[in-house]
Amino acid sequence: MTEPYRIQGETGEWEVVLGLEVHAQVISHAKLFSGSSTTFGAEANTQVSLVDAAMPGMLPVINRECVEQAVRTGLALKAQINLRSVFDRKNYFYADLPQGYQISQYKDPIVGEGVLLLDLPDGSTKSVGIERLHLEQDAGKSLHDQHPQKTYVDLNRSGVALMEIVSKPDLSSPEEAGLYVKKLRSILRYIGTCDGNMQEGSMRADVNVSVRKPGDPLGTRCEIKNMNSVRFIHQAIEYEARRQIEILEGGGKIDQETRLFDTGRGETRSMRSKEDAQDYRYFPDPDLLPLVLDQARVDALGAELPELPDVKKARFIADFGLSPYDAAILVEERETADWYEQLAKGRDAKIAANWLISELFGALNKAGKDLSESPVSAESLGGLVDLIGDGTISGRIAKEVFAEMFETGKAAGDIVEEKGLKQVSDTGAIEGIIDAVLAENADKVEQYRGGKDKLFGFFVGQTMKKSQGKANPGMVNDLLRQKLDG
Amino acid sequence: MSDLLNLTLAEARATLAAKDISSTELTQAYIARMEATADLNAYITTTPDKALQMAEQADARLAKGEGGALEGIPLAIKDLFCTEGVLTTAASHILDGFIPPYESTVTTNLWNAGAVLLGKTNLDEFAMGSSNVTSYYGPVENPWRSTDEPDRKRVPGGSSGGSAAAVAARSALAATGTDTGGSIRQPASFSGIVGMKPTYGRCSRWGIVAFASSLDQAGPMARTVEDAALMLQVMAGYDPKDSTSAAEAMPDLSAALNQGVKGLKIGVPAEYQVDGMPEEITKVWRQGIDWLKAEGAEIVDISLPHTKYALATYYIIAPAEASSNLARYDGVRYGLRVDGDSLAEMYANTRAAGFGEEVQRRVLVGTYVLSAGYYDAYYLKAQKVRALLRRDFDQAFETVDAILTPTAPSDAFAIGDNEDDPVKMYLNDIFTVPASLAGLPGISVPAGLSERGLPMGLQVLGRMFDEGSVVRVGRALERAADFTAVPTMVREG
Repeated sequence: MTEPYRIQGETGEWEVVLGLEVHAQVISHAKLFSGSSTTFGAEANTQVSLVDAAMPGMLPVINRECVEQAVRTGLALKAQINLRSVFDRKNYFYADLPQGYQISQYKDPIVGEGVLLLDLPDGSTKSVGIERLHLEQDAGKSLHDQHPQKTYVDLNRSGVALMEIVSKPDLSSPEEAGLYVKKLRSILRYIGTCDGNMQEGSMRADVNVSVRKPGDPLGTRCEIKNMNSVRFIHQAIEYEARRQIEILEGGGKIDQETRLFDTGRGETRSMRSKEDAQDYRYFPDPDLLPLVLDQARVDALGAELPELPDVKKARFIADFGLSPYDAAILVEERETADWYEQLAKGRDAKIAANWLISELFGALNKAGKDLSESPVSAESLGGLVDLIGDGTISGRIAKEVFAEMFETGKAAGDIVEEKGLKQVSDTGAIEGIIDAVLAENADKVEQYRGGKDKLFGFFVGQTMKKSQGKANPGMVNDLLRQKLDG
Repeated sequence: MSDLLNLTLAEARATLAAKDISSTELTQAYIARMEATADLNAYITTTPDKALQMAEQADARLAKGEGGALEGIPLAIKDLFCTEGVLTTAASHILDGFIPPYESTVTTNLWNAGAVLLGKTNLDEFAMGSSNVTSYYGPVENPWRSTDEPDRKRVPGGSSGGSAAAVAARSALAATGTDTGGSIRQPASFSGIVGMKPTYGRCSRWGIVAFASSLDQAGPMARTVEDAALMLQVMAGYDPKDSTSAAEAMPDLSAALNQGVKGLKIGVPAEYQVDGMPEEITKVWRQGIDWLKAEGAEIVDISLPHTKYALATYYIIAPAEASSNLARYDGVRYGLRVDGDSLAEMYANTRAAGFGEEVQRRVLVGTYVLSAGYYDAYYLKAQKVRALLRRDFDQAFETVDAILTPTAPSDAFAIGDNEDDPVKMYLNDIFTVPASLAGLPGISVPAGLSERGLPMGLQVLGRMFDEGSVVRVGRALERAADFTAVPTMVREG
């Protein structure tokens, strides 16, 4: 296990208690209660139905596709699916909220308690409770930068389905919060219920932060709203935890409030206190009947789910002999896992994993590309791994070949052929080189035989150098030992 | 006044089908009558050009023998229904200039059946009222005058007061209304016409400006039970655009109409005999009982024990839903906007100027009962009582087929009366509200005149989705009552 995260204050060590509310935009063709398109980036107010604009007399009709996406997500989080759930109105006024209320789920959400496994860096896992998941409408967007005095409103997003996924306060470090978001994102992307694109805002997180001395009861929490990157989540929690510790150590107390993270200054600041908190006057939406699901349909959706990251990870460990850490990296994205499986098929799975994780990911990272844009395909990288496996090239040469492959997209075999990089495994040829090296270094041969064992490496190096790296290192070793020791 | 105006909808249908008259002639007569009776203020918007255009098209279809169920019938539409290209106001200043780019499902059904739009009728603002005095466009005058105070204008009831007055004054052959707590039945009673609220879910609410979503139902207002049945048959129907729309098929109301009441069990609830109710209301109710008995029905004394809580329950649930439904009128996208220095100020300015006193009162009451700390004591408790009221009716309907009550606790009062105290005004709904809360179908049929010569209606309530029995009993009452009285202004043309 990793060391527990602790913050050193003036009065001793503090721990942080974190809970996350993630808003994930549902992948669906149409909005939660209307037929409007949900495509991101369309011209302002071109994807707005009469319902989305809250014209008089318009009524919401639930979109089955969105409901099924929520059920899939609930099942992937091993959560209770509530066969009866209720849509409520959350009442508040804002210019980008046309109805004057958001249709959400308050007392009876569609999904109840579930669980999510964090993959910790040391290869262990930590179980984090899911409190609930509910469906709700997104609001439109207020555009404050279009006019010096006025605010413009874009309703394209108004009514798009969101899943609000609430964790239990089971997270205890900024890293864990980040891992939680990443893991949740990974699951949502696996099952295709949210694209997880935090930059476009299709996934946003509110983070509840409180601090306490280890063993003490829970402290008063503050909620940091609308975080749209893992990096900011880290920064915001670190800042907020320190802020609270300073207040508490100074004899003050924490006001329960909503705060915003100022990404420019790296600090959180108060948005509204509990006293100013709005009374949302939740009540069941009389335009909608309770949502009733059929267990058979829920079961069918469960049966259609793809292999999820945790199961895949376990399989990679069991079938491919990977370390939990490597397996966790490979299963994070479904595409990566598929890529890896294609690469590993019929090959040494561990060597394949190493090449993918250390070499290809490294090169892609440097080039600012992701796997889907890789100039080296799984088949192509497999070709390289094969050449190593059958002794055609050494691992060292392979790195050189890989660099060339990444640069040009050529096949490994062609590069080896063109550049004459084939490993020399001919005993006679290697013996000739060794003989020459020994002859040139007769004094060192003497010293070696006199007991200076460390010189063995020198002879290996000289031999490899003379062969321009192409000599089979294993054979060089064996032959040198025969000649020197024999 | 043209004789054509005295035709019932059923008669007009037959005459049009026989090509004895054209829809254009009929429509022209109604247009002339709308102009002649403009002082009643029954219409907020008249659409004579559109009416003639529609009538012409109806005549073309009639000529080809392709007429729909209401082909060529000139109707008035309560100005709560959104009508494409025609100003729709809900009688509120806040919807200033609002011309919907869409047509409500109910009116679409009517036009598809060949009906002709005469105009949009006045109502209490956002349908909140029982006298049609809360309209931004001014009160509607009831065509009836009392014999004791012939110079005082009287209310037509509300909220569908314009529709009721238009049908009674012969400035529409029939009209649509909406009923949330009695807004079809009570004005029908005050105006001497038939008004029917079907089972909640029968008529799509899509495109009707919402007041209280769990209660709002559209229905017909007409001169006879048969006319109301013909119209409702067209208005109703499952609509996938309304999640609360009912899938149950509507019975054939015309077939049910004249089946008589022989063998039916009619419940008479003890709790509807309320303190302080005028003796003549009790009298007309007893008369109704006798008529049905004479027609062969069995009268059963029943109890609906939670009736006394109905009004209070209604005045929690309806304002609660309204406070949320009316949040969309914020000056941002359509209707009135009164600018301010901030968003909050713009909201406050717009809503203060746009909503009348009664609407503001209900928004405040509704906001209050939904607030943290009050929700359980008011809204939640009201929902529990609502369930008990439903149970009362369910139990009663185990033994009876329909229930007979007065429609309203009085005849039409004068404009300006009952305005000192909102609760006094709310008492008008005392007999209509329970069925609204239970979602039951109900009809008001004119049963006689009060001592001062004003109409009084009787209400028939039926089981959920049993509109068949409702029109059956309603028709029996109508036949027995033989209510032929008309307002002086109609008699004198």
